[in-house]
Order: sequence, then C-alpha cells, then structure tokens
Amino acid sequence: MHLAYPAVLSALLFCTGLYGVLARRNAILVLMSVELMLNAVNLNLVAFDVWLSRAARETLHSGQALTLFTIAIAAAEIGIGLAIVLAVYRNRGTSDIDKLRDTAEGPETRGPGTEGPGSSAAEKAEATA
Amino acid sequence: MRLASPEMPLNLAAAQHGFLSPTGVEIAFLLVGLVTFGAALVTVTTRQLVHAALWLVVALGGLAVEYLLLTAEFIAWVQVLIYVGSVVVLLLFGLMLTRAPIGRSPDADSGNRWAALTVAVAAAVALVWVVVDAFRTTWIDLNGPAAGSTRVTGESLFRHWVLPFEALSVLLLAALVGAIVLSRKAKAESESSPPPVNSRAVTESSPSVTDSGIHPVEQEGAR
Amino acid sequence: MTTTTLAVLVPLLPFLGAAAGLLLGRTAPGFVRPLAVLPPLASLVLAALVAVRQGGDQAVDAHTELTPTGSVPIELALHIDGFAALVAILVAFVAACVQIYSTGYLRDDPRYPSYAALVSLFTSAMLLVVYSGDLIVLLVGWEVMGICSYFLVGHYWETPEARAASLKAFLVTKLGDVPFLIGLFALATDAGSFRITRVLGAVSSGHLHHPTLIALLLLAGVAGKSAQFPLHTWLPDAMAGPTPVSALIHAATMVAAGVYFIARLLPVFEASSAAMVVLAVMAAVTMTGSGLAALAQDDIKRVLAYSTIGQLGYMTGGLAVGDRGAAVFHLLSHGAFKALLFLAAGVIIHAAGTNSLAAMSRMHGLRDRVPDAYWTMTVALLALAAIPPFSGFFSKESVLGAAEHVATGSTDRAPGAAGWIVLVAGLLAALLTAAYATRLWLLAFRGRGAEAPDHGRQPLTMTVVLWVLAVPSLAFGGLAYRSLPSWFDGRDLTPTLLTSILGTGLALVGGLLTYGAWQRTNALAARVPAAPAPSFEWERLQGEAAAHPEGDASLVEAHALADHGPAYRDLAHAPDPGRLLLGPLHRPAAAGFHLDTVYAALFVRPVQAGASLVRFLDSAVVDTYVRGAAALPRLLGAAVRRAQTGNVQTYVSALLAGTVVLAVAVVLVASGA
Repeated sequence: MHLAYPAVLSALLFCTGLYGVLARRNAILVLMSVELMLNAVNLNLVAFDVWLSRAARETLHSGQALTLFTIAIAAAEIGIGLAIVLAVYRNRGTSDIDKLRDTAEGPETRGPGTEGPGSSAAEKAEATA
Repeated sequence: MRLASPEMPLNLAAAQHGFLSPTGVEIAFLLVGLVTFGAALVTVTTRQLVHAALWLVVALGGLAVEYLLLTAEFIAWVQVLIYVGSVVVLLLFGLMLTRAPIGRSPDADSGNRWAALTVAVAAAVALVWVVVDAFRTTWIDLNGPAAGSTRVTGESLFRHWVLPFEALSVLLLAALVGAIVLSRKAKAESESSPPPVNSRAVTESSPSVTDSGIHPVEQEGAR
Repeated sequence: MTTTTLAVLVPLLPFLGAAAGLLLGRTAPGFVRPLAVLPPLASLVLAALVAVRQGGDQAVDAHTELTPTGSVPIELALHIDGFAALVAILVAFVAACVQIYSTGYLRDDPRYPSYAALVSLFTSAMLLVVYSGDLIVLLVGWEVMGICSYFLVGHYWETPEARAASLKAFLVTKLGDVPFLIGLFALATDAGSFRITRVLGAVSSGHLHHPTLIALLLLAGVAGKSAQFPLHTWLPDAMAGPTPVSALIHAATMVAAGVYFIARLLPVFEASSAAMVVLAVMAAVTMTGSGLAALAQDDIKRVLAYSTIGQLGYMTGGLAVGDRGAAVFHLLSHGAFKALLFLAAGVIIHAAGTNSLAAMSRMHGLRDRVPDAYWTMTVALLALAAIPPFSGFFSKESVLGAAEHVATGSTDRAPGAAGWIVLVAGLLAALLTAAYATRLWLLAFRGRGAEAPDHGRQPLTMTVVLWVLAVPSLAFGGLAYRSLPSWFDGRDLTPTLLTSILGTGLALVGGLLTYGAWQRTNALAARVPAAPAPSFEWERLQGEAAAHPEGDASLVEAHALADHGPAYRDLAHAPDPGRLLLGPLHRPAAAGFHLDTVYAALFVRPVQAGASLVRFLDSAVVDTYVRGAAALPRLLGAAVRRAQTGNVQTYVSALLAGTVVLAVAVVLVASGA
C-alpha cells in the first residue's frame, strides 16, 4: 500500500479537527474536534510504524506504543476537559467559548455592540430550547 | 524533501505499484478513508450537537478499520474500546449535562468560522502538498506477519516501553483525581452559595440566558 | 601619644560624638547630653596639649597619602603652626561652652539630639579646617560646615523665616564656594600640590603664575563664608537659628574659617597687590556699612550679627595690611567676647520674652532679672567697643597699628593704599562700634516702663558659661599681646600710641554721642506721652510671653522670632538713639542698605524670569513634541487593543495562521523553490 494514502488521510483529518477547534462555539464540540486531531496523529503514527517495521529499520514498534500512549492521554484529557467544561457551565451558565471573554482588553471593547444582535438572538433561542 | 529517494529497494517496489493500479487493500483503504473523512467533516460542521457526537463515532470507527487494514490489530481494538466505547459516551454525557440543545441550533459555529476555514484549508493544502511530495513513492509491504498483532505490540510494550507505560498509569490516576476534584468543588460551591451572579458573562447577557443558566445548576446541586 | 595622634583626635572626637549622637538619639536619650558635652571638652584638653607641645615653634607637619589621585596628589595632611594651635583651642573652647549652654537652653526641645549632634559635627568640621594641611581636606571641612549651618539655622523649620534663612545661608555661601573651588584648583595647578606647605613654598620661590586671579577667586569663597561685603547678607538672616548656634557660627566656626583660611595662605594674597587692595576695600565697606546697619537694627541678635560682620571686617582689614598675627589675635579675642554676647543675648531674650530692643526699652528692671547676663554682657560690650583694658582693645589696636605701619610706609608687606583704607575705615568703625554697643546696652538694660516679666532663675548651665566666657573677654588681650608674637609671625602686637588714642577716643566719642542722643529721645518721649504709648498688640504679646514663664528658653525664642514682625511694627516709635544719630540714613540702614532688594532685582528676578521662560518652553514647546510623538503609539495601541477581544478562538486562529505561513516559508526555503 502506498504510504501516501494514510498520510494524506491523516493530514485531512487533522485539518478538519483544526477547523472544528477554531470554528465551533460549544466547548464540547471543540473537545470532539481535538479528538479528531489526536486520531489523525495516531493514524500517522501507525502507518509509519508499519512501514518502518516492514523495512526492518525499526524494531521497537515505537509508533504503535506511542499510539497507545496517545489514546490513554486522550482519555485523560477528555475527562479533565469535560470536568472543566462542566465547572465553567455551572459558574457561567454557558459552555460557549466565545462568551468567556474575561481577558478582553478594557470595558469599552465589550458590550452589546461587539456581541452583535445575532448572538443575543441566538442566546434567546438557546434559552428557549 | 525527497525523503525516500535514496531508498533504492523501496523505490523499486514502489515503481512496481503505480497509483493507477491499486491493490485491493488500497481500494478498501480509500473507500473507508473517504467515509471517515466525510464523517469527520460532518462532525465539525453539523448544527445538531448530538449528531456531531454520533458522526464522531463513525469517523473513529472508520479509523479503527483503517488500523486493521494497516495490520495494526491491537490498536484497532483499543481504538474501538476506548474511543467509541468510552470517550464518545463521555462526550455525550457532557452534552447532556450542559443542556446542549437537541435538534438544530443555529449558533453551533462561532463568528470565527471564515477565519477558521481559511486557516484549516491553508494548513491542509500545505500538509498534503508536503506529504505527497515526500512519500509518493514510498510503499508499505503489508504481506507477511501482522505488524501490530497483540503479541508483537505486547512484547514491544513490555520489553522496551515499560517505564513510560507505568508513568502513563500514574498520569491516568492523576487525571482521574483531577476530574473528581474539579467536579466536586463546583458542586460544593453551588450547594453552599446562591447561584453566582458575579460573572460578567452572566450579568451582561440577557435575563433569559441567566435563568436558563442558573436553574440547571440548582437542580444539579439538589440532586 | 605623639603630637600628631593628639591632633588627629581633636577633630575626630566631636565627629564620633556626632555620629554616636545621631545613632543613639532616639534609642538612648540618656546618652545624648554626655555625648554632646564630653567630646568638645576632650577636644579642648587635647587641643591645649597640642598647643603646649607645639609651643609656637617649628610647625608640626604630618601627611599620609590614602590613594593615588592623579597628577596633583591629595593627602591627609596636618599642618599645625601657632595659628592652628591657638585657633583650635578657641574653637574647642567655644564649642564646649555652646554645648554646655545648649543643655540648659534647649532642655525641652524634642529635636535636641540631632541639634547637639550637628553642633558636634560643625565643631569637628571647623577643627578639621584648622588643622588640615591639605587644601582639599580643608575644603571637606569647609563644605561640611556649610551643610551644618544649613541644618542648624533651620532648626526652627516650622517658621518660614528659619526655612528661608537656612536656604539663604546655604546658597549664598555656596555662591562663594564655586569660585573658591576653582581658585583652589588653579592654585594647586600652579603649585603642583594641594599641600599648604608646598603651596607656600611655591609662592616664595615665585612659581605662582596667576596670583591675582587665584587670590580673587579664593576671596569670593572667603567673602561668602566670613560674611564680607557683598556676600554678607546671609548672616543677619541666620539669626533665625537658636542663639547658641549663632554664638557658634559667629564666634568660632563658620565665619572664622574664611579669615583663618586667608591667614594660612596670606603669602598667596600678598603676591598680588591688587588682591590686597580689594581685600582692604572689602574690609572697609564691610566695617562701616555693618556699623551703620547695626546702629539701626531692632532685633538684638541682628545687632550682634552686624557687629560680627564688622569685627570680621577688622580681621580682613588686618589681613589686607599683611599682618595675619593681628588678624588672628582679633579672631581669638572676638571669638571669646562674641560668644559671650550671643549667649548672654539668649538669656536676655528668654528673660524678656522678646528679641526686640524697642520692646526691651519699655521694660523696667531687666538687668535685675538677669544679673549674670547683665554683668557679663557689659564686659563683652566693653570688649566689643575696644575700651581698654578689655581684650577687644588690644586686638583691635594691633590691627589698627598694623594698618598705620603700612599706611606710613614703614613696611612694604602691603600697598600703602590698603593701609590708609583700613586705617580710616577702622577708626570710623571704632566710633560706630562703640555707638551701637552703647545703644544696645542702654536699650536693653536701661529701659523705662512696665516691670519686666519674671521667668524665674536661669539654668545654672547657662549662667556659669557666661562667667567662664567673661574671663577671656576681660583679660585675654591684656595678658596675651606680649606672648602671642612668639606663636605667630613674631611681629609686635603691642598697641601703638597714636592709634590707641585715636581709636579709644573715637570709641568714647561714639559712646557719649549715643548716650546723649538716648537722653534726648527719652526727654522727647517723656514730653509727648501719647505717641509712644504701648499698643494693644504689645500688651497681647507680653501677655503671651508671660503666659508660659516656665517654658523652655528656646521655645520663648522661637515664639519671639515668630512674633517679631508685628511687635516691631507697632513699637517703631520707641525712644531709639540710633534713629536720632543716623537721621535719614536710619531707614536704609535698618534694611541692611537694601542689599537684599538689590540682589533680588539683579539676580533673583532675572533667574526667576529665566526659569519661567524655561518652564514655558518646556511645557508649551517641548511637551508639544513629546505629546505629538506619543500620539502615534497611542493610536497604534488603540488599534492593537481592539484585537484583544478575549475570544480564545480568534487568538488561536491567528496563531495557527502564522504557524502555517511560517511552515510554508520554511518548506519553500528548504526545498529551494
């Protein structure tokens, strides 16, 4: 099998996850996208491990070992991440990332104008849902 | 850039296998890959939050199949067990606990979408270009014994990777404790004190949001 | 111990006392008084020992070089000749008296510890100046005295007068110190050394290339320190300090330093006849002007201050005619009786509750309240007026005698013109001195009017010191004028007949004239009882002074200083012989011949105008550019601030976009595309 296939698939999955991280509003969806990125890396690791072990240049199976480690770390990450999201949700009543703007510069940059009418309408829709 | 160019045997092997004459494994890989990629795309674009989690199951499962095709059996089963079995379930729980709307929500994507798309496409183009340029002639020989059978993986893991493995178990333990502490603390606070009104996000948003945000917390605390 | 060790200890002990006093002042108040009094006393004993060992013979010289200091070496050097030995005794003696007196005078002052430490430091600095054989080390003591005088004159810093006076004393003396420093450098460059002995050696061998320039530069510093015309204006204002400080500054330390400095470097000045004439003119103007001003002053301490300026004029006059023996002789005797005058004045101010002579002249029986001060002050005033056989007579006649020698051309140490100038001015000043001394005595002790307020007995420490100081005021001159030449240059200090008769006669004339004028004004006042009636203001002041009769002497003085202005205004019509004697000159003389106004118009206003111009340029012109330069960064900052939305996703997007761009760039470069 051509190595290019898993490599390209991995790159595409990674960029999909990247898009999700940057574009999604809900923190849990962001976590899902992070999972996608991690899996893309895993695929890369496995493919290269198989290639290199066949070529007998690498016998430690480091790629697969690292994949296992990544899976374990991802599990830990998702646990902690969800705990954090839940805590934020309890404190703030929302898990939308773009509403957590405590680090914004100055009070004048925050306000109804910057949030936009669309977002407040969306909030109402969310509240009624 | 041509990483594989000095590898004469591989080059020869790759020369025997053109892109236009794919093997069966390759065809299967491509098809499953398309499904996986499509599921991933839907995951990050769908407006229904629960659907996103379900499409994520499809994508992760597709990846497990890809692992199988790459003869990494053990990884494939671990993938199914941990990701599909536990992580996605956890994510679904998270969605439920934060009262994620069921059904289409128009604001699933933030205003940052176009910037995100630009960055993601640019990154994808750059990565694919580099990867293809580097590995277009590299060939994986999938014949022979499986590269990732349980036996092989276990041997390598417990022969060469024992120490990191143990360290990882400690990390998992720490994550477990951390998750419990984070959840408990929030719970104790919500029980002992009235619903917080000091946060700027809550106080500055509309009253309806405040209501919808506070009540579940109280209910949870009561539970 | 060798003489050198003893001499090093003399300035060191008060310095250590000052340091210990400053350190322990708060934590151990019980040690403050011993630490203040004992070091000057020990210094006095040691200075006397040094003087006995030196004995007016060959000068004691010792020097050590701490570190190489370039082309002109600076060394820690001692140079003790007869002048240094005797002046050191005077300094230590007066300092010890002042410290003892201060324990009584400022016994309730909360700032006494720092005051005593500063007086000790002052003493130490003066002793350093006296003993130093190196001009730079001398300069150190010189400047330390400047800063100490600033702190001590400003002791009552709650009053604006004291603050202004301390600043003025500091700035005016510094105004002289700048040319002084330049002069020192020029001198050292010509002589190749800062050592006084080498400088004098260079002068005698004719290596001094610019004697006039150097002498005039040094003269500016001396004029500032010794309060000579035209830099004397700080001294009358320095009366805002406590009376013991005035005694110290006027008698032994600060003002004596200038005269002593010229005495040490007299050959440098003698090398330039122009400098000697300038010195003589300076002395003459100072003598006569200060005499006239003293006759018109109402504040008893200002009278004494102007008299100090005048007596310093005698000393510089003695130097101007090239006789440093006479000058230092007068310095010694003046130190004794002027310290006595100030300390007695402190007692009188305490007793009367005012420092206004006009107010005292309306008090009856002040002399019975303070008999010690009365008798000792009488002695001191007689010494000041140079009435034989008091000590001032001998020293002043030695100066006049030296001037006569020069004027008649019997010696060529100084130009004849200098001799004539000093002689005439000195005789005129003798008349004026006697006049204002008599006026002071009459107004203070022969007042008629209400009974003086009773403040009880003065502290023993204060009265004993007065009698101790009265002894040298009475007898020093007569006992010492025969033996002193062996300590000094060997020239005869015996009064000559002509100047003695002239000087004493003029002094008697001055005294009698004042007495006559006083009788006349009293008669006039008795005939017109309505005009000089005590005003309401005066009653109030007297009542206030009497309200705390047990108060600390220094408190009464501070009170008196603060109230002086209104009291003086309302009492301007008191019977004052000075007013009659001076006639139309009285008003300018009372204001110090308006020199302060002239200085204000000549220097202060232009400087202030320049300062306001600079301020305008700074705020209107320079700041405009600064604000303009700040506008662009501020705009940029505002623009950048808009990017800080707080949205994490935006940040990460920008970060990753940058990463992609960088990665692509790296790939392109690496692949050579």
